[in-house]
Amino acid sequence: MAFACAGLAQAEDKTILIGMQCDRTGPTQVVGTSLCPGTHDYIDLINSEGGIDGWKINASEVDTAYQVPPAIEEYEHTKQQGAVGIMIYGTPQTEALNQRLEQDKIPGTSPGFGIAASGDGQYYPYLFPIAANYWSQGAAAVKFAKDQLGGSLKGKKIAYIFYDNPAGHEPLPVIEELSKVEGFQLQTFAVPPPGVDVSSQVLAIAQEYRPDFVIDHTFGKSPALIIKGLKQNGYPLTHVVALVWASGEADIMGAGGWSVAQGYNTMQFAGAGEDYPVIKEIQAMYKEEGKAPPDAMKSTVYYNRGVQQGALWVAAIKNALTLTHGQKPTPTDVKMGFEMIHDFTLGGLNAPLTITADDHEGGGWVKIFQVKGEGFAPETQWFRAYRDLIVDREHKTAQQMAKAN
Amino acid sequence: MFHSETGVFKTSYAADMALLPLPVARWAVLGIALFFLFVVPLVFSAYLLTLLNLVLIAVVGAIGLDILTGYTGQISIGHGGFMSVGAYTAANLIVRLGVPFWLAIPAGGLMAALIGIIVGIPSLRIKGIYLAIATLASQFIIAWLINHVTWISGGIEASIQVPPPSVFGWKLQTPQQLYFFLSFFAVLAIVAALNLMRSRIGRAFIAIRDQDIAAEIIGINIFRYKLYAFAISSFYAGVTGVLYTYYLGIANYEQFGIDVSISYLAMIIIGGLGSVLGAVFGAAFITILPEATRLFLTHFGGALFSQDTIRTLVPNLTLILFGGLIIFFLIVEPEGLNRLWRNIRNYFRLWPFSY
Repeated sequence: MAFACAGLAQAEDKTILIGMQCDRTGPTQVVGTSLCPGTHDYIDLINSEGGIDGWKINASEVDTAYQVPPAIEEYEHTKQQGAVGIMIYGTPQTEALNQRLEQDKIPGTSPGFGIAASGDGQYYPYLFPIAANYWSQGAAAVKFAKDQLGGSLKGKKIAYIFYDNPAGHEPLPVIEELSKVEGFQLQTFAVPPPGVDVSSQVLAIAQEYRPDFVIDHTFGKSPALIIKGLKQNGYPLTHVVALVWASGEADIMGAGGWSVAQGYNTMQFAGAGEDYPVIKEIQAMYKEEGKAPPDAMKSTVYYNRGVQQGALWVAAIKNALTLTHGQKPTPTDVKMGFEMIHDFTLGGLNAPLTITADDHEGGGWVKIFQVKGEGFAPETQWFRAYRDLIVDREHKTAQQMAKAN
Repeated sequence: MFHSETGVFKTSYAADMALLPLPVARWAVLGIALFFLFVVPLVFSAYLLTLLNLVLIAVVGAIGLDILTGYTGQISIGHGGFMSVGAYTAANLIVRLGVPFWLAIPAGGLMAALIGIIVGIPSLRIKGIYLAIATLASQFIIAWLINHVTWISGGIEASIQVPPPSVFGWKLQTPQQLYFFLSFFAVLAIVAALNLMRSRIGRAFIAIRDQDIAAEIIGINIFRYKLYAFAISSFYAGVTGVLYTYYLGIANYEQFGIDVSISYLAMIIIGGLGSVLGAVFGAAFITILPEATRLFLTHFGGALFSQDTIRTLVPNLTLILFGGLIIFFLIVEPEGLNRLWRNIRNYFRLWPFSY
């Protein structure tokens, strides 16, 4: 231990600090307990290989339990310690920190949640969603349904079941707009918080409305209950697509295991499963240290999202170091580093992410994985849909927000 | 607030009614005020000021809940809802009409008071756990309304961005500037509550808490005073919501959920029900506890645990401590931190000649 302390003290002068917010407790802990180890493991992997040009990364974690005040405290604390940026977790937290990020000129990431319009880098210069936002996810779900139903949605019926909070509502305007474009009939089914009873909604979908396709945008306990309920009512799960927060291993297990959920389509912004070079490298790192890989790794969906988050920060810092010629980067350098990320696939774990000064979303790519056998099998390639419509909406909303202030 | 002495040495009504009857208490309060006014903002780092700012906001809310639950004996698990009423009222006024903060803050409070009165009506018929459920329902109804009525919530993710408050054209943005802004309202809240509790209204509240039938018999209009308690308490909650909105720069109802209502209850229980100073202690304690646990474990936990264990341990330990402390105070010191403070004070008052 004494050696480790001495080692830390020496390394301190060549350390880059990132603030990291997690929720290992609280309502969404099922995500945090797997996602955060993923980020730490990737950063440990980079550090074990000597860091980035000799710079070690330190991700200073704090648990927010999905509450806002700890998120603010942590942000101010890491800012004072000289953090180059902050990994935010949670939509309300992202909204609460947005103004501070802009004022302090510190970049923050909100992968897969947060403000959809923040994909527009001109109006949200320091906020990086770095993954498909809810609008892109909604559009991709419609596109997937269209492809599965033979290339046309004219006259088809789609059910949208969602968690009745702002995040659950967010994809709705996009799907509504697309229902006019594609000519399908849309009916919405709200699951009121805390979402532990979905029986009436599931019955209404499977027995009354009988849609051709179901889009599921729920969180927490609801996805598992919806899978189970639709299955019991004889609705084919191959005609269900879940957005990214209803797509984890935990949801499948909650529904009763892989055998129950056969055919369920899950949307991912980081690849599911373990067949990626970077995951193998992390496993090798653990083997070398003589330790067993963490249990979190088995929850591949969230773990891989954690790895992706870590990898994008490392990539941004690497880019920032080329800007500063090896000097310690400032937060603004890291922001520019993010905007230099180009075609970043991480051996197939990522979509070909390209972040620019205009597009902080990175393209809005997703991939559908279907439950087959004892795992997730890729059902599509990385794809995105109705991109013009989404970008247009981002611009318009961002402009509205800018005007309001 | 800090001292009261045995024996009556007062020769005028003014002396009798003084908030701080002893010179030593006056000096102590003056000293503390000067410390918080001049030393703290200059010496404390931005991070500590941020922590203190959150405490100041919590102080206003905790005092508000204490007026209702601690002084009047009416339980409420819906204060998070009243805070969001205040937050959205102010945010709409600020964004749509450009209202300055000195109007937005009372407006948010008044709207919350109005809703509080409506929610308080059942308290005339039901008590205890039944009232708790009724106020809990109001929390969910308010959240549902804000979520679904876009006229209130503004539309994008049900949140409204507000510009920082400005005083004479100065925008208050840094933790230091916000510290002065928030402490002004926290002090106002403390002084107002202290005075309220010495007035006829405050005495009536206490009478209702101790025995409502007896209170009615001695001529207190229960109907009116229970609604006063709800109104004043929700006014405080509304103001808390507005302060929080200014502090974050955004109004968002998800920040005032059921967990917030519960943690405010925890504040007044740990601080000591029915005392303004206790509410202040409780607010500080509950706000600082998670940060203190985390800092302690990350600095000193390294000797016992690996970094990996600390990461999973810290958040859970905070929760365990939180729950454990509430049980501890309920059993060992039902009168909370305020009582502990009084015990310490009484001990030193006679020290070193204690008998």
